[in-house]
Amino acid sequence: MASAKEIKTVLFGPIFANNPIALQVLGICSALAVTTKMEKALVMGIALTVVAAFSNLFISLIRNHIPSSVRIIVQMTIIASLVIVVDQVLKAFAYDVAKELSVFVGLIITNCIVMGRAEAYAMKTGPGMSFLDGIGNGLGYSVLLLIVAFIRELFGSGTLFGVEVLPLVSAGGWYQPMGMMLIAPSAFIIIGLLIWVLRAFRPEQVEKA
Amino acid sequence: MFSNNDSIGKTFFVVIALCLVCAILVATAAVQLRPKQIENKLLDSQKNVLAVTGLLTEGNIKELYTKHIQERLVDLNTGEFVDMAPASYDYRRAMKAPDTSIRLAGADDMASIKSRANVAPVYFAYNDGVESGNLSAIVLPVHGYGLWSTMHAFLALDNDGNTIKGINYYEQGETAGLGGEVQNPKWTAQFVGKKLLDESGAPAIKVMKPGNANPTSAYEVDGLSGATLTSNGVQNTFDFWAGAKGFAPFLTKVRDGALNNG
Repeated sequence: MASAKEIKTVLFGPIFANNPIALQVLGICSALAVTTKMEKALVMGIALTVVAAFSNLFISLIRNHIPSSVRIIVQMTIIASLVIVVDQVLKAFAYDVAKELSVFVGLIITNCIVMGRAEAYAMKTGPGMSFLDGIGNGLGYSVLLLIVAFIRELFGSGTLFGVEVLPLVSAGGWYQPMGMMLIAPSAFIIIGLLIWVLRAFRPEQVEKA
Repeated sequence: MFSNNDSIGKTFFVVIALCLVCAILVATAAVQLRPKQIENKLLDSQKNVLAVTGLLTEGNIKELYTKHIQERLVDLNTGEFVDMAPASYDYRRAMKAPDTSIRLAGADDMASIKSRANVAPVYFAYNDGVESGNLSAIVLPVHGYGLWSTMHAFLALDNDGNTIKGINYYEQGETAGLGGEVQNPKWTAQFVGKKLLDESGAPAIKVMKPGNANPTSAYEVDGLSGATLTSNGVQNTFDFWAGAKGFAPFLTKVRDGALNNG
């Protein structure tokens, strides 16, 4: 097993230093779709973390036996099976959220973060570290999703986790919600601004022109 | 067993073994969790029926439902009750299957739903419990196409079969924040007290341009601002389901006193 420092880098690196959304710009599609509410973003983040961690683990376990000609298909099969299991579990134990997430749980299959980590990391590294790498990248994805969802839910609906924070004008309060926040383009703008902020603090992330 | 990972034999072996393992995993999960999922679906539908009649309170949904709601099946063509166990009837499947539905086209298909089941469930709500016999609301399942999606709702009518007691959109995929506001209880509250049909028995609900509805009118409600096509979808849903191809034959029977005899 690797040193404690290496474990820390693998696990927490993807949160800010090497964020899959902000730096690698992967998994944007679902980040637009599930960030209108904190609750949705949280469940999606957990689902993706579980899938990324276990697909990395299983792929790493059999990495020395995967024929390179069909390796993408093998990875896909493992990821797809895990996603279906997660979807079934959500439908059985968190029905309301599963209903709202609808197709986006299924679309974790095509989420580039999961595929990207399987191909770039799990194919070359042992199962323990691969598992942690999956969790780390899942965390990075979840943290960014939660930040975006925080901004969108707060300014778009005046609530956080469904609890009223800013009383809306339509309910007799003072806050006029920004409808823009609830539609997909706002997530693009917020993610763009977040990337800007992140790179202002970490200039090494800026790509050379 | 295999010298080379990339040999044809090994490739086939890995792929087939992996597929078997994954298939078993997925099948096990699906079969094991199915009863729980079906129960969730049923509970969700029961919760929505209770919500639209205002009977949803804290507590066990199943108990509330059995206490207050009676479900029956109605033949939409004749308006007569059908003797079938409602629990075994799959309305969603029936509305699509050719032998249990009629096809709709052109002017008939104003709600853009393509086909309509011959038999639909209706729910009778009794505030004092089913055995009291004091009918307090009739709940009809309605659906129609909005901008992006088929919007499903429960429509609760008073026991006169005409005054609206509530409408609850429980399944829709309209634009969040704009058309998605059909779910908003503040918007649906406008429907309460309006009349579904005019004196001649024709569908009468009018979804107006936002701000144009006359509050004293028995038929007009404000549309959703920024969501004209979703509002049109709501209008079409009312026109269809209150019309001759919808629940009109059944509602006529209700007004003629069909419920008093049964």
